[in-house]
Amino acid sequence: MKTLMTTPVLQRSRRGLSGALMVAGLALASLGALVTSPLASAEEKAAAWPEDKPIVVGSKADREGHLLGEIFAQVLEDAGFTVERRLGLGQTIITYQGLAEGELDVYPEYTGTLAHAILKLDDVPALEKLDELSREQGLRVLEPLGFNNTYAVSMRRDQAESLGISTIGDMADHPDLSVAMSHEFIKRPDGWPGLAAEYGLSQVPRGIEHGIAYQALRESKIDATDAYSTEGDIKRFDFVLLDDDKGYFPEYLAVPFVNAALPEDAVAALNQLAGSLDEDSMQALNARVSTDEQSFAQVASRFIQEQGITTEQREVSGAKWDKLGTNLIEHLQLTLSALLLACLVGLPLSLLVYRNPKVSRVVLYVTGLLQTIPSIALLALMIPLFGIGVVPAVIALFVYSLLPIIRAAITALLTVDPLLVKVARGMGLTRREQLRHVILPLATPNLLTGIKTAAIINIGTATLAAFIGAGGLGEPIVTGLSLNDYDLVLYGAIPAALLAICAELLFELFERLVIPAHMRGLKAR
Amino acid sequence: MSDDTAPAVRFSGLHKGFAGQRLFEGIDLELPRDRITALVGASGCGKSTLLQLINGLIRPDEGEVKVFGAAVDYANLPAMRRRIGYAVQQIGLFPHLSVRDNVAILADREGWSAERVKARIARLFQMMDLDMALLTRYPHEISGGQAQRVGLCRAMMLEPPLLLLDEAFSAVDPITRIEVHAQFQRMQQEEPRSVVMVTHDMNEALSLSDHMVVMAPGVVLQAASPDTITTAPADERVARLLEARA
Repeated sequence: MKTLMTTPVLQRSRRGLSGALMVAGLALASLGALVTSPLASAEEKAAAWPEDKPIVVGSKADREGHLLGEIFAQVLEDAGFTVERRLGLGQTIITYQGLAEGELDVYPEYTGTLAHAILKLDDVPALEKLDELSREQGLRVLEPLGFNNTYAVSMRRDQAESLGISTIGDMADHPDLSVAMSHEFIKRPDGWPGLAAEYGLSQVPRGIEHGIAYQALRESKIDATDAYSTEGDIKRFDFVLLDDDKGYFPEYLAVPFVNAALPEDAVAALNQLAGSLDEDSMQALNARVSTDEQSFAQVASRFIQEQGITTEQREVSGAKWDKLGTNLIEHLQLTLSALLLACLVGLPLSLLVYRNPKVSRVVLYVTGLLQTIPSIALLALMIPLFGIGVVPAVIALFVYSLLPIIRAAITALLTVDPLLVKVARGMGLTRREQLRHVILPLATPNLLTGIKTAAIINIGTATLAAFIGAGGLGEPIVTGLSLNDYDLVLYGAIPAALLAICAELLFELFERLVIPAHMRGLKAR
Repeated sequence: MSDDTAPAVRFSGLHKGFAGQRLFEGIDLELPRDRITALVGASGCGKSTLLQLINGLIRPDEGEVKVFGAAVDYANLPAMRRRIGYAVQQIGLFPHLSVRDNVAILADREGWSAERVKARIARLFQMMDLDMALLTRYPHEISGGQAQRVGLCRAMMLEPPLLLLDEAFSAVDPITRIEVHAQFQRMQQEEPRSVVMVTHDMNEALSLSDHMVVMAPGVVLQAASPDTITTAPADERVARLLEARA
């Protein structure tokens, strides 16, 4: 159950050299353990986690997850570990798969989510039971942080009061309330379906990204949405949480969800956080990020000092976003490698099939079908195959680039004037010479248009790569959404738009270089 | 292409149909070497099909096509086609290539030196009254008459012993056409070769050719010299084609 289809080859491809080094390190360490056998058990544990191997800390894309992830990371760093942050990853499926596949070592999770969405249980058992079931998958559930961030339903205070709604059950009397819930909540059995059955609610919720739901609620675009009870925005925007008087929602205790191979020192470091946060203090921390406009790193660092976990002054950047340059480069790498791959596969494939209408149609159907897979779903599907990070993101983008490239290439090749092809054949050019000297040059203008379309689609879609930890300009966008911080969203969105315009201009320049002036007009024909 | 006495083209027992419709049912025909042969007849008679059977653009259902005594080798068409010049009505110059690259496309593939290409083009252009300054232009930058002559030069670049012309003089106005005829005849005097031309124009056939094949759908009505055709048409249908000319 732990792994779906992870082959050694794929493992190697995403771990690369460090994977090989790790294996070598393990071998050496176990040799050492044999020699010094009396100390074996203590040594073995340390050996299982080579010193230079960073602990990968993940989190989902919501603000609280992001903040807890940053707190985990700093606590581990203070305990002397090297930490790699992969914060702001899509949804549960992505972080859980990441942990199960060994791409992540720890991320904040909630007991309710663990029981229902991950372990597929009907109720939320005791913590010991959750830990036991997790261990069967090579994972562990550590001590709860203290607070219960359960699901809740939230409305604008003025509207709730004027309609006389104070409990979730009261909503049943107002069937025309406009309800919008996060996609995950609508689908989960312990989410809307169960809630509606329990309270006899007849509203049909629309799906909405949680990051923009509060904005929509504040502007009266919607009347009710799902909320998390510790969110700082509830106070800030003067929303009310409706009473769950039937006790429908289970406990959602925040816990560090970790790789069972994590060294005991690291586990101990994380357990320092046990019981350190009650609902009020978590809500206050969340509010610090949203209202006081402090960076996650600043809030986390202050919290850790207040807790007395460390006395060290940490140098943290208060800048809203200080890695735009890195993001831009990552974005270009993602886009270009996917585009190159798609050209390398798409162009030869088109050449191979374009003269056979039946096969061409099949190829176009298949690539068209791939195109219709929603991007977040495609990214999620990539995780069991390719893990998280750059590789699955590039492959997903590659898949999306295929259709525009192949469609344009087949059309371009088919629309080359048949008379010219006949003359080329009749005069005695070989098949290869016909392609090289006649068909391809004549098809180039349309062909380039397809590649250009793919490039621009890629630049846009690559912003979603942040959900699976591939970085890029999607990172400030995802973080901005989780913070309701539109400036931050623009930090990612504007460079992405500029990049698309640059791509357009670069392609135009390239066309000027490779296509004689009078042939450029032929595209329009 | 070994036999020095064989006819330029010989069709024997030729059957060919399209989409279930039979066109040729057992045609036997010889086209003489070192002569200009004109295939004439109303549209749909199969004259253009016959021409494309020679360079393998169309394959017979049954029967055999021999060029200079050798059967067409369908496994190795490009090599054979380079010894058979081919020019068509719509000219078919490649728009992305300059005039020079159009004319020299085969010579470049054959690995001719730049000097040899230049010398050959100079000779062709001189025979065809073309200005060497056209070489750097693109097809859309020259006139229809020039394009037609460039197309002929391209077909004759490798000095093929056989030249196939599919309505190759018909895309231009009548005055230009007369000029191109004259240039073509001069070329034929300086570089005699076997030519097979398809035309729907009886006058063009009579004035240019040494040998005529008059066709009706699927059949050869008469194969003879232009003189014999005009003085002694084989039957009514040949006579009617002669009367139809303007």
